Formats: sequence, C-alpha cells, structure tokens
Amino acid sequence: MPSFLEVQGLTKHFSVRSGAGLFSPRIPLKAVDDVSFSLKKGETLGVVGESGCGKSTTGRLVLGMMAPTHGSILLDGTAVHTRHDAVWRAQRQRMQMVYQDPVSFLDRRLPVGRQVMEPLTVHSIGSSVAERREKAEALFSVVGLRPDQFASYPHELSGGQRQRVILARALVLDPELLVCDEPVSALDVSVGAQVVNLLKDVQLSRGLTYLFISHDLKIVRQVADRVIVMYLGRIVEEAATQELFQQPVHPYTRALMSAVPSLKPHPQRRLSIQGSPPNPMQVPNGCVFHPRCPRASKLCQTERPELRNIAANRSVACHHPEDTTVSSPRKLETI
Amino acid sequence: MQHASVAPLLQIRDLRVRLQSIHGPIEIVRGIDLDVGRGEILGLVGESGCGKSISWLAVLRVLGRQATTTGTVLFEGRNLLDVTEKEMAAYRGRRLAMIVQDATSSLNPIHTIGFQLAETLVHHRRIGWSSARTEAKRLLDRVKIPGAERRLGQYPHELSGGTNQRVAIAMALSGNPDLLIADEPTTALDVTVQAQILELLQEIRRDSGMSIVLISHDLGVVCETSDRIAVMYAGRLAEMAPSSDFWRSARHPYTRGLLDAAPDIDEPIGRLRAIPGQVPAPSETSRGCAFQARCGVALPSCSVETPAMTPVAKHHSVACLRSPSCGREIVQVPREVTACHPF
Repeated sequence: MPSFLEVQGLTKHFSVRSGAGLFSPRIPLKAVDDVSFSLKKGETLGVVGESGCGKSTTGRLVLGMMAPTHGSILLDGTAVHTRHDAVWRAQRQRMQMVYQDPVSFLDRRLPVGRQVMEPLTVHSIGSSVAERREKAEALFSVVGLRPDQFASYPHELSGGQRQRVILARALVLDPELLVCDEPVSALDVSVGAQVVNLLKDVQLSRGLTYLFISHDLKIVRQVADRVIVMYLGRIVEEAATQELFQQPVHPYTRALMSAVPSLKPHPQRRLSIQGSPPNPMQVPNGCVFHPRCPRASKLCQTERPELRNIAANRSVACHHPEDTTVSSPRKLETI
Repeated sequence: MQHASVAPLLQIRDLRVRLQSIHGPIEIVRGIDLDVGRGEILGLVGESGCGKSISWLAVLRVLGRQATTTGTVLFEGRNLLDVTEKEMAAYRGRRLAMIVQDATSSLNPIHTIGFQLAETLVHHRRIGWSSARTEAKRLLDRVKIPGAERRLGQYPHELSGGTNQRVAIAMALSGNPDLLIADEPTTALDVTVQAQILELLQEIRRDSGMSIVLISHDLGVVCETSDRIAVMYAGRLAEMAPSSDFWRSARHPYTRGLLDAAPDIDEPIGRLRAIPGQVPAPSETSRGCAFQARCGVALPSCSVETPAMTPVAKHHSVACLRSPSCGREIVQVPREVTACHPF
C-alpha cells in the first residue's frame, strides 16, 4: 500500500536574533531538522516530545502553512503547495487541523454553527446557504452536539463542547488527513477521554488519517498506531506504539516514559534525567541529547547519530541504544 | 504519614466560599472538612471549577471582598478566618506560603531573581540586604539551581519555566513556612522537568518536615508525590484515601471514573471509559449528590440526599450513598497488571 503522506528530509530554519539587542546578528534556529516519515491511509502517527522540539512546526509544515527550508511533503503523490494560491486551497480541503485551544481558535462573536459553515463558504461548496447549513447541522450530530447549540456562542459552551465544534469545523470539508495538535491538552481528564473516543470513532467511520501531535504519552499510546519521538527538531526514535511503549530503546524515550507519573507503585526508582530541554538556538554538537544523557560517551559529543533501522519498522538515532537485543554499532566507552 | 497520632497542623471545618455574581451569590466551596498533618504531603485532585484552588485562597484570605468565607480554619489553635488582617499578613509567607501554576508570570519581570528573593527575605526575616543576598544564594542552591551566583543577576525571562518554578519555590521557602500550598506547580512544565520538581518538593518535606498541600488535576502526579489524596467534585470532597494503593482502593464512582478515563502507561489499549456529561457549573445547584447526573450507579435516593464523608476503612472516607451499605458493588478493581513498568 503506497503511503498517503510522505515526508522526506523536512527541515525548517527560522532566522532569529542571536542576542537580545536590536542589531545582534541573525542566526538560524533549526526548529525541524531533517525529519522523514510516512503515513498510510487510515493510520494514526503520534508525534511526541517536550516543548520546543518542533512537533507543532512539523504539523504546520505538513499542512503547507509555511514553506520548509528543505525537504519535500507529498500528499497522495502530489507535493504540498506552500504558496497560498488556488492549488493550495484545493489541497487544504483534503487536510485540516484540530487546534489545541478551542477558545482562541473560535470567533467569539460568531455563533458556532456559522463557524462550522464558514469553510464551506470559503471553498464554495454547496449551492445555497440552506444546503451548507444542512451539512453543518449533520456534523453537529456526528460530533455529539445538540442541534439547538447551532446558534450558541463559544462562551456558552463548555471546553469539551468547544473542542467538538473545532472538530466539526475541521470535518465539514470531508478531509482525508487531520493534523491534531494537542487536541485534548486543554480539557479535563474525563472530558478529554470523551474527545479521544470521538476522534477514534470519526476515524473509523470516515477512514481518516491522523497526525496526532501531543506531549501526553498516555493519550498518544491510546490513539496512535505508530509513534515518532522528537527532540530538538530531530526524530530520535520511531516505532509501532506497542513496541515503543514495551521497550523504548533511545535513552530519551526511556526517560520520557519513566517521567510520566503513575498511579501504581514503582518496582524501582524512576530514572530521571537532569536539566531541561536546551534552547533550540544553542543546539549541542554531536548527539543533541548528550548533555542530558546518562549513557553519553565521547563519541556522542562529536558525532551525530543517524536515524537507523534496528528492526522492521523501527528506527533509533543513538550510538548506544538501551536494548540488549540490538547490537551497538560501536563499543560503549564512557567518559 | 503522621496525621493520625499528633494534632494536625491545620484543621479545616465546614469551609464554605460564596462569590457574588450578577445572578446572586454562588456557593463555590460547599462545606469542606480537611486536616493537614505535620510533615504530610496532602494531594488535592479535581477537575477545573471544582473549588480546589479557591478553597486554599480562602484559607489564605486573599479572595477579596466579593467572596464570603465561612467555617473554621484552625492553625495552632487560632481560627485564621477570625484573626485581624494585620495578624493574617504575618501568617502569609511566614507560616503559610503558596506557589502557583505559572511561575514565570508570578515573578516580577522588571526585577532580577536576586532582588526579588532578597526583598522577600528582608521582609520576612528582617535581615539586612547584604545578608539577604547571601541567603538568597543559599536558597537557590537548596532548590538545586545550578550556577546560583550567576542566576541572582538574571531576570525571569532569561530562565526556563522549570528554573522559574524553582525560584518560586525558593521564594516560598524564604519565610520558613510550616505549610506550603503548591497549586498545580508542574502543570505548565514538561514531563521530565515535572519529575524533577516533584522530587524537589518531596526532598524539601524530608529535610525540613514542612507540610505540603499539592493541588493538581493529574491523579498520577498527586499519587506519586503525596501521602494522602483528597478528591474534590463540585465544591465538595468526594473521597479521601491514602495514596499507597489508591488506584486499587479508591471507590467513589467519580474517582474510579477519573482512574478509568486516563489509563496508566502500562494498562491495556482500547476505548477510553470516559465519564459521560460534564462538570456542573458552580451556579447549577442541584439537590442531592452533585455527581449523580454522570454516575453510572446512581440510586433514586442520590437525587434527594447529599452524601456526607463516611469512613469506610482506616484513613479512608467516601462521600457516596452507595458506599457504606454496598461498597463492594461500586468497587471495580481493575484487571491485575503484571508488569508495572517495562523497565
């Protein structure tokens, strides 16, 4: 089965001032650095990582919201346009975004029903307002909103209901790809679970493909088929969800997982890593993770590990992956 | 856990908070009884709007005039709700300190970390500025900020969110308080940094015997860090239990619902068992149990009678009409999990 979304060597550099001064020289900030992945139709790819790792930028690049510095994005075999012209708009019909914060992504002064109808107007779908309204109302029942809420304003709805409106607005164009950027992070646990279930249901009934961006490993684990773990703009590990959570191989993935607070008593003390994610403007040499890595060697300080396959559909970017079944390419030499 | 033997540090009885709104007064906190033991970490969990933060702001008496607080808050034999404002000001910071969710915005952006810390120290301990600065450096060392000397001259925007939260903790420690109220101290932070901050809080408790109230919406955070867990729903306590074995022993339908809605990282993958409906707005006052509309095991009497906190085991009480009579029915112990963590 050919991949539905094919991302190759995706790189995005922003030009930022190196210092606080108005005239300090500009340096490139590598928000996304050589990221490649592919997605089959109907599949969910989870993207996890801490703040500033480039996961949201990746999502925006996939939608063609901005132009990548290097790399290519193919949607169903055709390159994603980044010039915001008619071709891009036609393409955007096929891919939509579900945003994190439903309050700031809804118009406070427009009834939510009108906001769901708006994409249809923009793309000139449907011949009359009545027809558009009918389509939007049908979606209201799909996402579990009452028909009488069509005329409500965002402030009259709860957080979960607003997130449903966001989802309805994304679905109204019958897209094939949804980029979900932290869709449940702003919601309470019990309501977030409802939205996650809804996303799963909609995916099944409509055959949607998801790029699911989240920092919440618990949620990603429930939703994604495959997961990529990002750190400072690079993919450090990619695997099927089950395998990744059963046996994380990259030290960063392991640290990330052991940092997730658990309700059950731990058999052993969690392995915590020191320090915080570094400033993307000062990316360390060699392996980007080495200053925080418990297994870092001299090699890690100088040579950047490439993402390499260690099993079928499983790759890791590490000189010393923490798995006994994987033979380390080089001998582990500690500093 | 020392809450049983010695007298508790803080005793809250029937705490109620009423806010004035254009539709009349709204009762946000509807009668809370809570003890905080000496040297104890008490976790307080609940969804947004359940009154978990408001109740502690009410204890500190910082809610302003539109709020009316009733009940008693006994701290060393004195009712904090009765003392004069001047006396209360002496309690704040020195005896009871608070850290908030977003440390970066709670710090003053136009002053250096060093100045802000020293200012607090001068105010609380009545020491000179030069010794305050030395003390500030010691405090930064205590909360494990590397390069403390250099940090003193930096501004909040130059530091990361995690470091700012450490500074906020250092500032809270400056008055040597007996009780530290940590309101969602890690919600804005990444998981790896969150783990470090939680560890720091536990260490502070170990070293100084300070009591900590940890407010969070994340059961996992609270469970890992605290000794006891109190679950709040719609302005009332729903359950109170020791955190060890909490995921197995919790028996209020709401607590169980929360546990099911956010499965742990080692539980089976599948459809999430979400709690239907949503948290009632504080203005919706209904008779009976506030959770009955979303409850899967509600009885007809649940809509009439408001359940009180009833002990069901040692240090474990539940506010559910189902619980004393037929507690077994609502206890759904999850499937035995064999491997707790993959490593």
